[in-house]
Amino acid sequence: MSRQMTGAKMVVQALKDQGVEVVFGYPGGAVLPIYDEIFQQNDIRHILVRHEQGAVHMAEGYARSTGKVGCVLVTSGPGATNAVTGLTDALMDSIPLVCLTGQVPTFMIGTDGFQEADTVGITRPCTKHNWLVKDTEQLAETIHQAFHVARSGRPGPVLIDIPKDVQFATGTYRAPREAKVSHYQPKMKGDIAAITALVELMEKAERPIFYTGGGVINSGPAASQLLRELVDATGFPVTSTLMGLGAYPASGKNWLGMLGMHGLYEANLAMHGCDLMINLGARFDDRITGRIPDFSPRSKKAHVDIDPSSINKVIHVDVAITGDVGHVLEDLLKVWKARGRKVNKEGLAKWWGQIEQWKLKKCLSYRNSQKTIKPQYALERLEALTRGRDRYVTTEVGQHQMWAAQFLGFEAPNRWMTSGGLGTMGYGLPASIGVQIAHPDALVINVAGEASWLMNMQEMGTAVQFRAPVKQFILNNERLGMVRQWQQLLHGERYSQSWSESLPDFVKLAEAFGCKGAKVDSPKDMDDAIMAMIEYDGPYILDVLVEKHENCFPMIPSGKPHNEMLLGDASTEGAIQAGGAVLV
Amino acid sequence: MSPLNIKKGSTSHSAYDLRDPNAQAIERHTLAVLVDNEAGVLARVIGLFSGRGYNIDSLTVAEVDHQGHRSRITVVTRGTPAVIEQIKAQLGRLVPVHDVHDLTVEGPAVERELALFKVTGTGEKRIEALRLAEIFRANVVDSTLQSFVFEMTGTSEKIDAFAELMRPLGLCDVARTGVAALSRGA
Ligand SMILES: Cc1ncc(C[n+]2csc(CCOP(=O)(O)OP(=O)(O)O)c2C)c(N)n1
Ligand SMILES: [Mg+2]
Repeated sequence: MSRQMTGAKMVVQALKDQGVEVVFGYPGGAVLPIYDEIFQQNDIRHILVRHEQGAVHMAEGYARSTGKVGCVLVTSGPGATNAVTGLTDALMDSIPLVCLTGQVPTFMIGTDGFQEADTVGITRPCTKHNWLVKDTEQLAETIHQAFHVARSGRPGPVLIDIPKDVQFATGTYRAPREAKVSHYQPKMKGDIAAITALVELMEKAERPIFYTGGGVINSGPAASQLLRELVDATGFPVTSTLMGLGAYPASGKNWLGMLGMHGLYEANLAMHGCDLMINLGARFDDRITGRIPDFSPRSKKAHVDIDPSSINKVIHVDVAITGDVGHVLEDLLKVWKARGRKVNKEGLAKWWGQIEQWKLKKCLSYRNSQKTIKPQYALERLEALTRGRDRYVTTEVGQHQMWAAQFLGFEAPNRWMTSGGLGTMGYGLPASIGVQIAHPDALVINVAGEASWLMNMQEMGTAVQFRAPVKQFILNNERLGMVRQWQQLLHGERYSQSWSESLPDFVKLAEAFGCKGAKVDSPKDMDDAIMAMIEYDGPYILDVLVEKHENCFPMIPSGKPHNEMLLGDASTEGAIQAGGAVLV
Repeated sequence: MSPLNIKKGSTSHSAYDLRDPNAQAIERHTLAVLVDNEAGVLARVIGLFSGRGYNIDSLTVAEVDHQGHRSRITVVTRGTPAVIEQIKAQLGRLVPVHDVHDLTVEGPAVERELALFKVTGTGEKRIEALRLAEIFRANVVDSTLQSFVFEMTGTSEKIDAFAELMRPLGLCDVARTGVAALSRGA
């Protein structure tokens, strides 16, 4: 069943056949034929953004909260270059996206035509793969291939550059099932011998730990389910990276909390002191490992990852298993059960005893105040008042992001969207809109810093236009808080350019956009302010004026090992007499 | 002690840990990378090397299967064993890459390079150049009264050696293809 049609029509047809329901985009000269086709149909919804970076982050939020491929459509030149930050963000965090860009007609390529940019050249290092389609006959096939590449193996963003004459010309449309089978077929199943070797280690381990990452989420809900089964059956403790939060529920009894630079004391010390580390879909990022030679020096390490290049890249491991986390967990459980469900009970009991000791440190405690809102307090209240609801959280980048990761609990995967690998300020607002478009009835909250939020604040217009009732929860410290913290701790208290001056009045700004805003500056009003935000039926900006100089702890300064963690004064109070007990 | 539990004056040190360029030995490896001959594939491979800070000693590429549109890229690279492993894994995950072979570890292989040398001169030097070319089995592919162009195929080392000898005899230009390599045996 092949049909003749224009390239532009083919684009829309191919997206439909790929199950695309929403496209985030912005028109321009080089994509006019495609926009003309979008105008003449009703199956695909187009969300008009205010800046192309916003479109990509929206598609990321959409993809991460649904497990589907996000779709972006932008014009040539500046449209494409504006998308670059979002594409890089998606590449770093393994988010499946298909980005379609318009290009000058093929006969003008290379002439420095109006709005010409070498889009495939510019985006080659920030996409998983990209294509310039020079022939309409190849277009449908390329789009199908693009979706396949975006979602297979380690997911990632791909880009298709489509010159305007290719959009106008007529060619043969091929449906997805008529397309060539791609040779790109990453291995899903893990090697059984390696899995068995890991089971043997698990049976004997005295101090095991699961270290989980975004790969568990990307693998799909089944992987999270299997993880829960395995963790609960073995009784091993489990920690997660920023990207993996929600794979194991925060209320689960074996949960240690997030690890890493701003991770929990017990999680980091358990990583440091374990004798068996089981990495499931994480990548030994430098925010996790700290100083490499001191990273968990006495443990055997196993690593499950679908991307072979992640294995032995930073940390040499003893058991390497290439495969999809979900598939590997299934086999791992099977083998472990078949061999008699053995664990080292005695060792584990002692290990948990030690972990309970570490937990007593209460590393997240902070000194609360009656007068000023502490950011931690604001998040504690947000958590208390929204727990149990159908809730999705996105964040910007900075201290507020780390506090959100520490103080909000995630019970399910795909509920937490944050820019981890690239750390892109300006991610959260558009991402929250993308999430809301996918889940119109859910409560979607962007935990933001005032500085990050300003970076893509134009997207508030998109939220209003498309009636996306996103809640912008701005922890406003009038500082580039995370930068200020580093300057205080690591650059001799020289606060170079790290404050936010001439901030807008966020309440008036909300009104200017046509939505609602409110300001809260006293702890006693915090609950009412949160409830008003939640109950409002529409986009909402809550400007939470918080303590300006709060630091985010625990903190492992860059280049330090896990056991040289800095703790806040509240948690070291009293404990410090124990004689440098901070350092274990 | 400040309330942050950090000694006063102890915070001006660098926050950045520069990883020590570890003590492992550097090895030279010849990799054969089989790729779809599509637009931009070479840029992808080269971009990977420059983007991730890997070395390229030599690189050759040509389509070897016209029907299947497959090209073979032969890269000679250097790095510690861990870096070489990373290079192979990173190459392997490029979408148009079908296969990566490390000819240095996958058993014996033959490596050849083709080079052209232009040597100018007259009299004794010219005669000496021709004599040495014969010993090295280099062919004369062009000659004028003042110059020769020699063609030679051999290992990179042999080509280096010949170039060294020709230098005092009037070597003025060299063109090399870079290494092409195949595993030995069936
Ligand atoms: C696009 C971008 N530019 C710069 C940075 C560096 N950076 C990281 S956190 C931060 C400060 C963020 O301030 P704010 O959004 O107010 O959050 P806070 O840390 O105060 O909670 C900066 C500048 C970044 N991550 N992203
Ligand atoms: Mg701030």
